[in-house]
Amino acid sequence: MTTWYKRNQIAITPWLFLVPAMAMFVLYVVYPILQSFNISLYKWDGLGEAEFVGMANYEKLLTRDRAFNTSLWNNLKWLVFYLAAIPGGLFIALFLNQTVRGIRLYKSLFFFPFVISQIVVGLVFTWFYDPTFGLFNAIIGVFGIEPVNVLGDPQLATYGIIAAGLWPQTAYCMILYLTGLNAVDPEQVEAARLDGAKGLKMLWYVILPQLRPATFIAFVVTIIGALRSFDLISIMTNGGPFGSTRVLSFYMFEKSLSEYGFRMGYGAAIAVMLFLIMLVFISYFLWRMYQDEKGGH
Amino acid sequence: MFPAPIEKSSRAAQITYQSMLPIVLLLWLAPLLAVALFSVRPDTDFTIGNYWGIPSSWEMISNYGQVFNSSMPRYILNSFFITIPTVIGAVGLSAMAGFALGIYKFRMNLWIFFLFIAGNFVPFQILMVPVRDLTLDMGLYNTKTGLVLFHIAFQTGFCTLFMRNFIKALPFELIEAARVEGVAEWRIFWFVVLPLMKPALAALAVLVFTFIWNDYFWAVVLTQGEAAQPVTAGITSFNAQFRAMYHLMSAGSLIAALPPVAMFFLMQKHFIAGLTLGAVK
Repeated sequence: MTTWYKRNQIAITPWLFLVPAMAMFVLYVVYPILQSFNISLYKWDGLGEAEFVGMANYEKLLTRDRAFNTSLWNNLKWLVFYLAAIPGGLFIALFLNQTVRGIRLYKSLFFFPFVISQIVVGLVFTWFYDPTFGLFNAIIGVFGIEPVNVLGDPQLATYGIIAAGLWPQTAYCMILYLTGLNAVDPEQVEAARLDGAKGLKMLWYVILPQLRPATFIAFVVTIIGALRSFDLISIMTNGGPFGSTRVLSFYMFEKSLSEYGFRMGYGAAIAVMLFLIMLVFISYFLWRMYQDEKGGH
Repeated sequence: MFPAPIEKSSRAAQITYQSMLPIVLLLWLAPLLAVALFSVRPDTDFTIGNYWGIPSSWEMISNYGQVFNSSMPRYILNSFFITIPTVIGAVGLSAMAGFALGIYKFRMNLWIFFLFIAGNFVPFQILMVPVRDLTLDMGLYNTKTGLVLFHIAFQTGFCTLFMRNFIKALPFELIEAARVEGVAEWRIFWFVVLPLMKPALAALAVLVFTFIWNDYFWAVVLTQGEAAQPVTAGITSFNAQFRAMYHLMSAGSLIAALPPVAMFFLMQKHFIAGLTLGAVK
């Protein structure tokens, strides 16, 4: 036994080291994804017998469910507007990429919003928007604009929440770009400067190409963040007013678990839809990473 | 360096820049500073509408004291009991998995690696129904253990990605040299690789600490009530209890946010190294 192990050590060891992590990951992540697909074909209240209904949940979802439509649209808004965190983060990073005294502390403090939990960010912004005492209305009041109840207005609420989400996300992108800027090749910058490049031209042709790894990661984490948005919605509007701020993840939670009753099958169908949207991005991310791996480094 | 260093520009530009920094920072953190200001106000300021003036009295001790006399400390303690085991579990499992994927060449290697990455990208809400079920079946619903087990499993995806890339960048000659000496593989992991991984272990520990401390979704899906819920979920019931008592809600929110903030400032270097992994080639 021991001699056999000794001879095959190099073939067996990796599996021994992988087993605990893989077992946990398969049990809690991989298998549940497959299970979600399965549950989505049933009508099930989570307790009693599940009744097989085939594609009925999807049919209802796609043809007769206006709340699903709203959620899908809001997810799209999140995807598009959340990306503003990337140029925003780059802008702040460029502003802070200096070596004056105390700049390190400034960088940390600018990064601050990312460290706080989204629940606290949500509360902070709920008060920020508050129509009676919120700082937001105090500020626009200075310009003579009437107070706006951002979170109470179905047209505005989603944008208000996205803006709150942009606060930590921009901080995240900023730190990615600061690290990227740190590694920009100074010789190339000097050479470009001698050639007379500066300002935006320099940024576009010399700096941004070198920041591509940072931009890729900023893109990945922002897309994932947009599709995972839940905490802010839950704390700031709880899906309201009139369901106007729901996104798929929130709607799924509501259908499956909230006081409206447990509709696990329907919730799982929403989850599958969300997964399919994400799959487009996951495939792209993995393809990019695969290219990197093949390129070898 | 880009943009051009400010020291090379005119004195006026330098002074403008230096004076803009604090102003921009104040604007950036304004929503948070507003809450900090709320948290030291007396109750009466809110009834008379003094939101933005100087507080009529400084009630820091009384406000924060009241928070400590509520169920808040209980929730904070729960958060620690959930976060710390998760950090140990996720970092431990992923160090092993990362070692296997980073050092050994075998056919399934890249596939398994990509499985971990893909799982890590998934919007985790889609796991909700099955994971809640699984936790119920194991009798772990509404326990800290149930929450910890899920968190370990999910964080292992991200951590393995990180560990594997870190280990892959280590000089392979070290492992070869050890093998030539006839050192057993597990001893190579323990005595050669692990000591070199300290920066990665530290970076992941602070990151996972922050992620888990700030988790809200799984806290409300897998637990309910004071016995097991962490502070993110606790703060909503705390707020229900003190509805419209903004001075207490503000103080409570700030306390709930404190541990990860402290962690960040203490371990800044590691935190940023972890977060910006891959941002530089």
